[in-house]
Amino acid sequence: MDRLLTLLDENARLSTAQLAVMLDKSESEVAEEIAAYEKAGVIRGYKALINWEKVDENKASALIELRVSPKRDRGFDEIANRIMQFDEVESVYLMSGGYDLAVKVHGRSMQEIAMFVMRRLSTLDSVLSTATHFILTRYKDGGVILNPDDEKDERRSVLCD
Amino acid sequence: MIDYQLMLNDEVKQIKPSGIRRFFDIASEMDHVISLSIGEPDFSTPWHVRQEGIKSLEDGKTWYSPNRGFIELREEICHWLKRRYHTEYEPRTDVVVTVGGSEAIDLCLRCLINPGEEVLIPEPSFVCYVPLTEMAGGVPVTIQTKAENQFRLTAKELREKITPKTKLLILPFPNNPTGAVMRREHLNEIAEVVLENNLMVLSDEIYSELTYGDTRHVSFSAIEGMKERTVVVNGFSKSFAMTGWRLGYAVGPKEIIGQMTKLHQFGIMSAPTMAQYAAIEAMKNGDSDIDYMREQYDMRRRLIVDGFNSLGLTCFEPEGAFYVFPSIKSTGLTSEEFCEKLLMAEHVALVPGNAFGDCGEGYVRVSYSYSIKHITEALSRIAHFIKSTTV
Repeated sequence: MDRLLTLLDENARLSTAQLAVMLDKSESEVAEEIAAYEKAGVIRGYKALINWEKVDENKASALIELRVSPKRDRGFDEIANRIMQFDEVESVYLMSGGYDLAVKVHGRSMQEIAMFVMRRLSTLDSVLSTATHFILTRYKDGGVILNPDDEKDERRSVLCD
Repeated sequence: MIDYQLMLNDEVKQIKPSGIRRFFDIASEMDHVISLSIGEPDFSTPWHVRQEGIKSLEDGKTWYSPNRGFIELREEICHWLKRRYHTEYEPRTDVVVTVGGSEAIDLCLRCLINPGEEVLIPEPSFVCYVPLTEMAGGVPVTIQTKAENQFRLTAKELREKITPKTKLLILPFPNNPTGAVMRREHLNEIAEVVLENNLMVLSDEIYSELTYGDTRHVSFSAIEGMKERTVVVNGFSKSFAMTGWRLGYAVGPKEIIGQMTKLHQFGIMSAPTMAQYAAIEAMKNGDSDIDYMREQYDMRRRLIVDGFNSLGLTCFEPEGAFYVFPSIKSTGLTSEEFCEKLLMAEHVALVPGNAFGDCGEGYVRVSYSYSIKHITEALSRIAHFIKSTTV
């Protein structure tokens, strides 16, 4: 796997200089590679992983399972494209197994999400059924452990009693 | 009232406690301390290896193992050494599985050293060689390695310390705390001196798999003529991130390993059974884990070396283990003053270089077995410290 991408995936704030040192490349080489990845659409953006629960108590999110009927020629793309337009929708995945689309939604309250599902999602033409699962606590998100206390270094100095 | 001082063994009383304890005591009382002081991997043992340990417990395999260790493990160790370092050993006679590499070092010293015989110990190095030599009745003779030689042992330095009483040379490479590595050409030079002077060698290769650069580790016993005079100590702690399992081994001439096994049998009985089952899996299927961890360490190594050099704390590029050993002489502080002030001012814990021998004065040991996030935070605190002390 590309080490540059792996490093950025873990921490996008590493400077080009730091990346260059770690990868044993020149800064300009690294800058060029990043630019190429951006151009090719491999790197699609840089954003902070925020533990919103710490900032704003009025935040809720849910995972919604959708069963939909695929369209001739366009399969699931049409409905997926329709759903991802909503601002409330954080991610949309096509799934194997018991349902078709997994949609992650956020809102200011469970009530707001419930209304969104009722009024906007379930009324879409090809949606056959929905199942809404509210997220109660996020322990780890995007590969990051959200509560710093869970990330403690448990190694002890062997010299301490 | 018993006067315990009269009861205790005189040799034991003479041994100095490790000098780094004081810092850990202070650091453990502080909040928000960021440490680069720990000498063990930050990775957990690879899951498939842990699973074999768990399985052995589920299957109720909770008995002693044979004194030398399970034959399956000794066979795997021999395959592994052959595959990776091209050295050949006989599993039935040339291997003893021990409780960590440390026990193997102790056994080897006690089996080779007669009272008054001299043991050559390059410094800076891990803290156990001198006291264990003393307890074995030997006389430790330290050799100061130098930054300008990248802390390698040179043939000249070695020759200067040889006397008619010299029995054993300890070769602690890749080195804790300097990260120095002896490449084949450097080992060849040492081998010549060993042969000329009929020395025995204890090669502590516990960090062997953490060797960076284009060429891999060369075992001292792979150097022509050295196998018959060398006991190689290695183990699972560093290469497979298995420190807590307490498992190491020694390989060498069967006459020596036989005596070491005898001592091991009476003092220890046998190494932990569960750990041995896990280690069999590590030897069989763990090569890719080693590669992954080494790559991670290597990136951190570059980052931290560059970080210290750009702070003006010059740091030669270490090619092994997971330590860097920057010089702090430019600050005008001693190693201990530097570490203490840094700890108090910025809550960053490092280990003073003199804990690893007098010639470590003027240096600090910095471990990079930490996440990149952790390392960058520590570096920026150290930068702040340097700025505020030199203004």
